[in-house]
Order: sequence, then structure tokens, then C-alpha cells
Amino acid sequence: MTNQSVKDDAGALGSASAAPSLRARRRAGAWRRTRRLFVRVAELMAVLFLVSLGTFALLSLIDTDPAVTILGEGHTQADYEAVREDLGLNDPLLERYADWLGSAAHGDLGASIVPPYHDVLDRIMAALPVSVELALLGVGMALLFSIPLAMWSAYHAGGRIDRWISAGTFSVLSVPSFLAGLLLIWLLSNGLGWFPRAEWSRLDEGLGANLYHAFLPALTIALAETALLTRVLRSDLITTLQEDYILAARAKGMGTVHIMFSDALRPSSFSAVTILGISLGRLIGSTVIVEYLFALPGMGTLVVGAARTGDYVTVQGAVLVIALIYVATNALIDLSYGYLDPRVRRSHA
Amino acid sequence: MGRPLLVVENLSAVITTGRGPLTAVDGVSLSLDRGEVLGIVGESGSGKSVLARTIMGLHCSDPRFALSGTVKLDGRDVLGLEPSQLRAMWGPEVGMVFQDPMTALNPVKRVGTHLVEAVRKHQQVTRRDAVGQALDLLDMVGIPDPRRRINQFPHQLSGGMRQRVVIAMALANRPKLLIADEPTTALDVTVQRQILDLLDRLRGELGMAVIMISHDLGVVAGRTDRVAVMYGGEIVETADARSLFDAPRHPYASALLAAIPSLKGAPHQRLAAIDGTPPDLVMPPSGCRFAARCDAVHDDCRVQPPQLIFDGTHGTACHYPVNPLISTASNTSGDT
Amino acid sequence: MPLLTRLLGPMLLCAGLVILAVAIGGIRNGGWLQVLVVVIGAALLFNGIGKVARRRFGPHVDVTAWLCAVWLIVLISAAVFAPLLPIGEHQDLAATLSEPTMARPDLLSAHPLGTNNFGLDLLTRVLYGARVSLIVSIGAVLMGMVFGGLVGIVAGFRRGPVDWVASVLTNSFLAVPPLILLIALATVLEPTLQNIAFALSLLATPSMIRIARASTMALAEREFVMAGRAMGASNLRVMVRELLPNVALPLASYGMVMISVLIVAEASLSFLGLGVEAPAPSWGNMIAEGQGRVFEQNPHIVLVPGVVLFFTVFAFNALGERARSRFDSRAGKL
Repeated sequence: MTNQSVKDDAGALGSASAAPSLRARRRAGAWRRTRRLFVRVAELMAVLFLVSLGTFALLSLIDTDPAVTILGEGHTQADYEAVREDLGLNDPLLERYADWLGSAAHGDLGASIVPPYHDVLDRIMAALPVSVELALLGVGMALLFSIPLAMWSAYHAGGRIDRWISAGTFSVLSVPSFLAGLLLIWLLSNGLGWFPRAEWSRLDEGLGANLYHAFLPALTIALAETALLTRVLRSDLITTLQEDYILAARAKGMGTVHIMFSDALRPSSFSAVTILGISLGRLIGSTVIVEYLFALPGMGTLVVGAARTGDYVTVQGAVLVIALIYVATNALIDLSYGYLDPRVRRSHA
Repeated sequence: MGRPLLVVENLSAVITTGRGPLTAVDGVSLSLDRGEVLGIVGESGSGKSVLARTIMGLHCSDPRFALSGTVKLDGRDVLGLEPSQLRAMWGPEVGMVFQDPMTALNPVKRVGTHLVEAVRKHQQVTRRDAVGQALDLLDMVGIPDPRRRINQFPHQLSGGMRQRVVIAMALANRPKLLIADEPTTALDVTVQRQILDLLDRLRGELGMAVIMISHDLGVVAGRTDRVAVMYGGEIVETADARSLFDAPRHPYASALLAAIPSLKGAPHQRLAAIDGTPPDLVMPPSGCRFAARCDAVHDDCRVQPPQLIFDGTHGTACHYPVNPLISTASNTSGDT
Repeated sequence: MPLLTRLLGPMLLCAGLVILAVAIGGIRNGGWLQVLVVVIGAALLFNGIGKVARRRFGPHVDVTAWLCAVWLIVLISAAVFAPLLPIGEHQDLAATLSEPTMARPDLLSAHPLGTNNFGLDLLTRVLYGARVSLIVSIGAVLMGMVFGGLVGIVAGFRRGPVDWVASVLTNSFLAVPPLILLIALATVLEPTLQNIAFALSLLATPSMIRIARASTMALAEREFVMAGRAMGASNLRVMVRELLPNVALPLASYGMVMISVLIVAEASLSFLGLGVEAPAPSWGNMIAEGQGRVFEQNPHIVLVPGVVLFFTVFAFNALGERARSRFDSRAGKL
């Protein structure tokens, strides 16, 4: 559920242009890279600042009085006022924001305003590994499914199987993750009794048990990711397979499987990586829903529970952490282009 | 000399396109001895590249191509081979050099990988030995400092260097036949000559046969034993190089020759270009395919397709050849 | 033989319908079997419709697109006229005390798609849920298109600091995963229709800005805009007269896809219990009723809204993608 194919800078790779002198070009390139890097970092900082400010400012939109949330109904006006004063709600917004950001920088995200008043950071640190594991497993499974599917589809482009795969992936993209999860539970857990539901086994309780419990939720996450990746990878593979270097590889006797994995896959993976970055928001969204659906103790369950009780302090902390991870992962994905295409390492930044 | 290395008989390749079947190669026959150099010349779209790839068997498993006729390479029927047999043949039997070295090398692979994987595909050697062979290959194609180059990526090499790598890749398993598909078209003029000289030298050293494809008769001149001129998917003239350059008989061949810039001419002399465009091979004209662009066209040319008629080793498909011998002139009108 | 080929389409069509009807109404608690039969029936039906349509309208008719359009038209008109239709009760629990609860779908009964645990009629709830989903997501997309389009055109046309500010703002919104943003908003806002639509429009706007900006930048280089400027037209005039009409088309086709994204977003929010609150119906909270053991014993609780949700999302997606590949040059990638 995110903005697909709206990233502008994805196409600006490769295409080494002819320029006058190699040395002059390199020097100009280095200068441009430094400048671009500087602008990127400045933008990143601005974005993070605005996100944290926005997260914090959400509070001023609040409809329900936190004091009422904490004390419940039926107290005197003075009681509520004391709680508000205690929370610092009567200070100016920017001042409170500075306080909050200062403590956040020291690892203090405050304490939950509903019983049992846990420390927010502690709860996040306990929940985060579950979510990260689920998301990574989901993406891993998606890669495992989508690479062979896309290769098969691209190699037989226009054929019957290719058309079925295209129709199938398009349909899967229209199934919301909570619906997919319910159907999987119905079919694989209740219907066939293969997998447990609504249980979690921590990694330190053994890898086997952990994976066994994580399988169904991860599969739910993987479904939509698989469909998306298969579609993107397929269309790029079809383009790559028409390149001369594929023909050259064939002409020296390399086998089809070797050509697919060794020659075609990496040059075809730019859009797929871009899509992984763009759909990261969707991935986080489906992780949240899947955790809630399977009652797993991750960030999603944490944040949904907090939202339902009006525990804005926990929500603020969780949103800040998720946004940080989101922005950082996207930056990492930008860096990965350098690995995928050696040309990017030198000529373009 | 024994039997020829390559015998192509009545080869046709029909490609399924959105507009209908396109006959890219139409009834081509040719043969090539071991160590011989054949030049195939024609405009783009004349079917040279399709012919070369079909001879190699690269189109065999492609459902869009309908192939007929026979290709015998060293006695084996290429068009009847299984995909695995073809892959075993590509490399040790026949290698190919491509037109554009920018696109013929995988941008994400190091130079060495291109060579090492080719060596190890066909020879049971250790990785270390394969790297050694790759270094020798780079040395052989005249790349200075192979130890540094082998770890570089294609984009770090100049166009000429890249084409040398492509040649090294094609020669990694010492093929008996090398097909060079416009090997110099994408290169600078100064580099073109170096690459052609390199191919000449390697042919001598390795004793392989070469099919040199070009749209430029000048590239082929002086470097080939025999030349075939293609037009509209057919061979319109074939002869040993000297007699074709001295006395071309087909009007198209003679027009191509006129298009070669003369060394004696003024530096900015206008080239004699051939007017008009090549025929549409989805709906080819009924008579001679060159009739629409021919200066010496007669009425019967538009009706009656000329056959390739040999006078010794010099074959011409024209009703009214430019430099007719007495014997062929009397034959042309009696065409069946 | 020709008779057989001519009748094959209608035969497949009828077979599909019969199988579907049997699978939905006949087999109980079939699990895998039932799913399999439904899929076979749907495939036959689709195939049959395709054959009939190609015979009737020529070989290039886009059956999927037409089916999607028909589905949306039927759904939207049924949703619009839902209060006038002679169907059951959708949210007043007091009115359904005598109705059967958890009734199975039975096309011939008073509750063709069954009832839930309060005896509320599922068909009616699905239609009222459609009202919520469609009003909220279409409203949000329209808001996003107007606001995002304006900001994007100005940013793409003026460039410079305006552009920088717009892009940092867009990136900030995109730096929070959409569902997380929705949950955060749901923490502080009452779940009224206006608030949900407002929250959803915050999801739609940033991508609309990006598309409008990119289209504007591509157009600004083109001759007719240059010509307009050369003839001394004011910036405002160029933006309104030359750019707006050309940016509107890609924006609208992206809007189609965006509607499906927002329908899913709203459904997700309601599923999590943060959107439309029961007993008022929304597809998301209807599906949420099926959590736990309920789905196992009464699959129709999930399947009825689920299938409607799937078809609607699919239809908007399919039509949107087709529109995008026609009107938005940048959509080629996907």
C-alpha cells in the first residue's frame, strides 16, 4: 500500500556519456559526487527533523484528552489539570518538542501513559527483533519464489505459463495482507493442520521452533512481495535477455541456467531493488497487520495496541524508530546500486 | 585439401513478425575451406547477421525462426543438433565476434570472468590454469598489462580494447571457424585497422577459417580470399576477392565498390551512395530484388527473378551483368 | 464441429455458473475442496465469457477490462441506491433480534449472502461498507489530486527553492510507512468519515506531487510550453492553460490505482479496529469479525466481504494500470 513507481532517480543509472578528457571528467565527477552527497545528507537530516517534529506535533491534533485516558472519567477538573501539568502538556509545543527530542537522543522515549506504564524504549527493543525477523523472512521467501518464477516467465515470455504467472501475480497484488493471512490460516493451519497459529517462539528457544512458528506469518508477507518482485524482475529480464552479451555468452557455449543466474540476473535487478525500496513501506505495513493477525509480540502489535488505548507516548516512540529504520534502509538500498552496477561506482554517484 | 569445413546448402530463415513471415535469408548456398577467409558484404537488413547466426545454430531453439536447408560444419549437421550438442560446439568449433564491443561484454562482470568461464566450460582445468590461459589470451590479442586488465570491468576499457577482449573470448577454445559480425563498425577509424590486422594475424597463427561480415567492401578488401555480396536475403554475387574487386558483375556490387572512398581521391570527395532503400522482406518484389534501385534495369528484371549463375568460381545473379563474360551473357536470357 | 465451437463459449459460461452456485451454496465446510471448486468454476466462467465476447465483439476485446468496468458500475450503483433497495438491516442490532444469526449464504433466502452473529444481513452490510470505502477513498484521492497536482505543477515549473521545499516535505511524508502514518493519526483522531478521508489524503498527496512535478518538468521542456513563454504568456497562464490539462491525465490515471491502494488502507485500518467502528459496516471490520475460530466454522463471514474487496481492488488496479500505460509515460516500468 505505497506509492509504486514514483521514485524519480531510478532510471538515472549507467549510460556513461562521452566527455572530453578523462582526468577532467574524473575531477568534475568527484566534485559533483561530494556536492551531491552533501545535498543528500542535508535532505536526509531535514526529512528526519520534519518527521520527528510531525510525529510530535500529532499530539496537538489530539481529540481525546490524555488526562482522561490516564485517570479515566469522573475526576475533578483540578486532577486532570495536575496530570496535564505533570505531562508538560501546558508548555509551548516547540519547547516540549525540544525536551522530547533531547531525551530521545539519550535513549529515553518516555514511559507509557497507560498501565503498566512500561518504558517505551524497552518495549520497542523487545518487539523490534520479532518484526525485523518477520520482514526479513518475508523478503527472503519472496526472493526465493520470485527469482525462479520471473526467470521462467521471462524465458518463455508470451507463452501460456508466462500469461498465467502474470495474471496470478496481478491478482495476488489485489489481495490485502490481512485477507491473505486469514485465508492461509484457514487453509494451511485449520484445514490441513500443518502450522500453528497465534503463537510465537523466540529465537533463543531454538531456531527450528522459531522458524516453524514464523513460517505462516512470513509466507503471508511474502505473497504480495513475491508478486511485485516477479513482475518487475520479469520485465527487466526480458529486456536483458535481448542484450548482445547474452548472445555472446550463448555463443561461447554457456548453458541456459548459467546465463540466467550469472549473466542476466544482476543487470536485471536494478528495478527490483528499487521496488524493494519503494515497497518497504508496504512491507512494514503488512508486517504490522500480520503481527496483529497472528498475535505476535512485534512492533505492529505494540503500535496497534497503543493506538487503541490512546497511548500516544508509545505511538510516538514507535513511529520515530520505524521512520528511522525506513529512511536508513532506503539509503542502504541506494548504496547497493554501486554493487549491482560497477559503472555506478566510478562515473555517477 | 579434403572436404570443406563448412557447407551451406539452400539455407533459408523465415522470422515470424507482427506483419507476417519475414524471409531474412532466402536460399543461400556457400562453402568454406579450412583456413579460408570469406567476406560477406551487404547493407544493413540484407540478412548477413541472420545468416551468420543461423550458420552457428544460434537461432535453432528460437520458436520465431523457421529454418530450412542444411548447414554442415566439419561434417555435422548444425541445424539438426540438440541444444546441448550445440553448446558443446560453440567455443571449440565455432566462435563469434560481435559488432558492438560496448554491448557484447556483460557490464557487471570483470574482463577475466568473461574469459575464465569460457575456458572452464569446455576444458577440464583448474581455476588457476584457466586464469593463466585468460592472461595468455589477453596477451595474444595484444592487450598490454593483462594482469591489471583482467580484473577491470568492461567500462574501464576503451572501445578497441573491449573488442580485443571480445575476440579473445571467441578464441578462448581455439575454434576452427570464427565468425566476425561487423567487428569494426562501432569503432573509431584508426582502431578499425588495428582490429582487422589483429584478426589477420590471429588467423595466420591459429590457422582457423574466418567469415568476415561487413557492410563495407573496403573492410573486406585485401583481407579475404573470397567475397559474397548479399542483397535482400540472397547472395547476388560471389567470387574470389581479386576478380570481384577487379570486375564486379552485379550492378549492386559495382555500386558498393564505387562507394569505397579512394585513397587517391580528394580528401572531401563525395561518396557515391546508392539511392533508395532495401526491399521489404515480408513482401519481397516478384522479380529481381535490386530492380527498384538499379541503374541498368530492364523490364524483364521486374518480372523474372535472376538465378545465381556460375562462370568458373564467379557467380552472379543478374540478367544484365555489368562486366559480362561472353559465356555468361549468352546464358542470362535463357533463364529458367 | 463449427456448431460445437460456437456453443463452447456459452457452455463453459453455464458450466462455470452452475459450479460456482453449487460450490458457494452446496458444499459445506469443504476447505481446500471448496476453494478448488470455486476456482475451477470461476476459471470456466471467465473463459466462457471471454469466448462469447470475442465471438461477439472481435478478437481484440479486452474482456478483463470490461468485466472490471461492469463490476464497478454494478457495485457503485448498488451502493448509491442501497437505502432504497429491499434488503436487510445493516447496523441496527435492535431490528434483527428475530433474524437468524450466522445464516449461510443462500441465494434464494431473504439473506442471499447470509448474516453475521447479530443477524445483520451481509449483502446489505457489504453495500453500506462499499459506501464507506468508496466515499472515503475517492474523496481522499480527489483531495490529493487537487492539492498534490497544484503543488507539483508549481514546484516542477518554478524549480529552485520552491521545488526543494516541496520535495523535502514530500520526502518527509514518504519517510513514514503509510500504514504507520495512518495508525499514528488514528491514535489522536476520532474515527469519523471526514477524519479517515483526511488521513488517507495525506497518503495520496505526496505521490501526486511527485507525479505532477515530474510530468511538469518533462512538459516544460517541450515546444508548446516554450512557445507559450516566448509569446509572452505569464507563468500563471502557462501553468493553467498549457500544463494543467496535460498533467491532469497522468494524475487521473494514477488516481485510479491510488483508489485501490486507499481502499486497502481503509480496510486495513478498520481491520485493526482503528477505523470505522462496528456495528457500522466497513469491509475491513466485517473481515475482522471472522478472526479466530469464527472463520473456521463460518467462512462466509470473511469470504463475502473479502471477495467483494478483492474484486473492487482488482478492478481499480486493472483499469488504473491500463489507463496509466496509455496516459503516463513514466508508468512503463511496472
